Amino acid sequence: MPRFSKVRGFMGVMGTACLVATLAGAAAWGEAGGAPPARAKAVIELWLAGGPPHTDTFDPKPDAGYDYTGPLKSVIPTNVSGIQIGELLPLLAQQADKYSLIRSMTVGTDSHETAAYMMQTGHPVGDGLVWPCVGAVVGMFKGYDHGYQNPIPPYVVLTQSLGRFSPAGFLGLKYEPFVTGGDPNAERFAVEGIVAAKITDQRQRDRRDLLRALDLLGRAMPNNPRLAEMDNAESKAYELILGDAGKIFDLSQEPAEMRDKYGRNSLGQSCLVARRLVELGVPYVTINNGGWDTHKQHFEAMRRKLPELDQALAALLQDLSDRKLLDTTIVWCRGEFGRTPKVYWEQPWNGGRGHYGRCFSVLVAGGGFQGGRVVGASDARGENVVERPVKVQDLIGSIYELLGIDPNSPLPNPKGLEVQVAPPMETGPGKGRLSEIM
Amino acid sequence: MRRLLLATLIALLTATVIEASALEPLEADQPAVPATRLDELVLAALQAQGLQPAAPCSDAVFLRRVYLDMIGTLPTLREVQGFLADQRADKRAALIENLFQREEFADYWSLKWCDLLRVKSEFPINLWPNAVQAYHRWVRDALDQNMPYDQFARALLTSSGSNFRVPTVNFYRAVQDRKPPGLAAAVTLTFMGTRLDRWPPDQQAQLAVFFSRVAYKKTGEWKEEIVYCDPTAAEPLAVTFPDGTTARIPPDQDPRVVFTDWLLAPNNQWFARAITNRVWSWFLGRGIIHEPDDIRSDNPPSNPELLAYLQKELVNSHYDLRHLYRLILNSRTYQQSCVPRSQDQQAEALFAYYPVRRLDAEVLFDALAYLGGYGTEYSSIIPEPYTYVPRSRRTITLADGSISSRFLEVFGRPARDTGLESERNNQITDAQKLFLLNSTDVQRRLEVSPVLRAVVAQARKDVNKAIILTYAAVLSRHPTDSELTAAQSYFTQANNPGTALQDLAWALINSKEFLYRH
Repeated sequence: MPRFSKVRGFMGVMGTACLVATLAGAAAWGEAGGAPPARAKAVIELWLAGGPPHTDTFDPKPDAGYDYTGPLKSVIPTNVSGIQIGELLPLLAQQADKYSLIRSMTVGTDSHETAAYMMQTGHPVGDGLVWPCVGAVVGMFKGYDHGYQNPIPPYVVLTQSLGRFSPAGFLGLKYEPFVTGGDPNAERFAVEGIVAAKITDQRQRDRRDLLRALDLLGRAMPNNPRLAEMDNAESKAYELILGDAGKIFDLSQEPAEMRDKYGRNSLGQSCLVARRLVELGVPYVTINNGGWDTHKQHFEAMRRKLPELDQALAALLQDLSDRKLLDTTIVWCRGEFGRTPKVYWEQPWNGGRGHYGRCFSVLVAGGGFQGGRVVGASDARGENVVERPVKVQDLIGSIYELLGIDPNSPLPNPKGLEVQVAPPMETGPGKGRLSEIM
Repeated sequence: MRRLLLATLIALLTATVIEASALEPLEADQPAVPATRLDELVLAALQAQGLQPAAPCSDAVFLRRVYLDMIGTLPTLREVQGFLADQRADKRAALIENLFQREEFADYWSLKWCDLLRVKSEFPINLWPNAVQAYHRWVRDALDQNMPYDQFARALLTSSGSNFRVPTVNFYRAVQDRKPPGLAAAVTLTFMGTRLDRWPPDQQAQLAVFFSRVAYKKTGEWKEEIVYCDPTAAEPLAVTFPDGTTARIPPDQDPRVVFTDWLLAPNNQWFARAITNRVWSWFLGRGIIHEPDDIRSDNPPSNPELLAYLQKELVNSHYDLRHLYRLILNSRTYQQSCVPRSQDQQAEALFAYYPVRRLDAEVLFDALAYLGGYGTEYSSIIPEPYTYVPRSRRTITLADGSISSRFLEVFGRPARDTGLESERNNQITDAQKLFLLNSTDVQRRLEVSPVLRAVVAQARKDVNKAIILTYAAVLSRHPTDSELTAAQSYFTQANNPGTALQDLAWALINSKEFLYRH
């Protein structure tokens, strides 16, 4: 038999070490305690799955030559002098005072699954744990255990989940996002489970009464805690089904001009739903937008996708700002990586761009992030970071800080290890925390 | 008016003494099977604590329970009617034998094993689709042919070769950390039911030595990989086994084989104990040592005699897992009601009743697919090669943990990242209830249900009969008198018997009895 008596002693030492680390971290935030003061109340995350091209969007390189720019060789000025962006983003150019661009993001891998995991969790791979996405962590720290009362779950995903890994990671089912399904650009946004297609409210109520009349197991075991869980889940579900909360997804309540402004497509209307949710108090909304893995026919895809993104994101920033929500709402937009600055002209790509994790761009706005700024820089072709590298833990750690989430807070996990919300940020001058825009 | 009537009914039902009406469909007056050695050991432990076991479960409850536990599948309407009408005294034992022969038996247990063996294409395991298919097929064949469990373990622990051609080498690929400590942790978790990270550091290091010569190399074929024992080693390895004995392994010998010989030796407690405890936990909801994969000297079994007895039975049967299944399934302990007679905290740990548990995500989906008459199409998001699973395939047959659906995510199918039993999360959440109560998916299934069509055809406009058949089809039992009355009044008030039948089936699908193993 192994000598288990030692285990406790060992764990005890670990525990003390972690406690010391926690206290040290807390000291950095001042005397008040572990959590930094919250400046942001909510987050809207725009995830461009597959990896959007940084050099065609937020870090254009017009002088790199046709082999790099392809047909998109022009740049446009923005409403902030000195900042230029890609030619297909004219509306975002008019909002540049509201956002900052990180042009020196680096994730160090070119594979989708690893990069997506890192860019969503802030953690490196290979530690034997699957960490939660930022949304799940926010759902935990700003959710039902911390005074959140709305029947709409605290972490909402529009409209489909990514499916590469489980967003709640080791936090488990309770912190999984609510995924809406449906299409917000459809006549009626059928949010799966909340907005039923054909059942009248009367029939809903009759069914509920019947269900309660026939609850035999519940009556046989009135004190069973597992069965009580179901009663609890059921009454919360009915709040959404029969109550008014579900109307938040009813876009017919918005003026037609507002809907037009966001763009009459799934991405645009998702951004509008996200704004409605944040207005209601939902702390984390993710919009998953696919189709950015453009190995082939890249430029055709950009002419289709970038105008939609431009319109939706520009409208969202303007709208949040008009409603005085931008100061308390972080908006961040990125994919898992960028795309190769050099175009693949050869067969079979015929004008495509590959995966590129070494250097790419991220847009951040609101909630304590300043606008009109650029963080870091890439080289003349957008291939390498030349100034102020930003790692995933710096980006995500900064977001947690603005939300008032102590990165040293412990997280429950299946292995019973003492682990904390975020890995430490880089330290040293010109590194780590995004101080220059916070 | 209708609401008033129903409300009165609810009040009436609630006011009645709980036991009499609610227990009738769940329990039997007499045990259906003789007490076995297993039952004596369970009972002795209960009596020592002054605890009472639950009543025997009814035939209907047994039928549903054993279908769900053994083959992850609902009994069909015809199977329910056949079993309930069957008058043979040994019909429960006969049913158990019959279920061993079903193809769903191998499907369901492969699902379970592939959770523990972390069979998935994508992050963070990254087996990739071809290897997943090969590996899953091998596991399924082994379970289908009832391969003795020691052979099963040896194949997984000692194989070398291509991940496509020698499926068992994927055991050493399906880990997040391929360094020797990571491999040692996977081996001990899987086959010794223990978590290496809770061991003292020196013993962790000693175990890692056995896996220090496992090597990997790529071939010219896309995602093919060879797992082998490094043949260039020149020095002998000094090793220490977990029991403290030591050995020297010459360079030409595979240390994995030396470890496996130690693990499978007849006097080694670790191996048989871990699997016996796991099998028990799969049927009785918790291990005799709990959690079933957290065996430590400071985590003792709740009933050591019971564990020792079962362990010995397994070894003496030459590691025939079905022998162990039979012992458990034919026992009075397994065939108890889920309604406790003793509410004591100890009662659960000492198995005084069958614990209610929400259906597994895959099993629940298949049950809805059976009632609705159609499944779902699964496809992978992973390129090269795209995997497509047609609608007709059961969810329990899915090989790849990376092939999923929104339903499976919402209902907590395991991520297959760690091999921990606790990855399977059968909590019930608001999102699950939203889906069940109000999704277009469930509604559509009720509208086109071939099972309900068969009910209508058999009932020939007799509402009573339709209610009874719907109960049998959905809950695998007949309604009680008061349930029949409640359902009848719903039909009377409804404008349309077709939608009333849908609503009844909807209510039964949403009942605790449907959603929980009980």
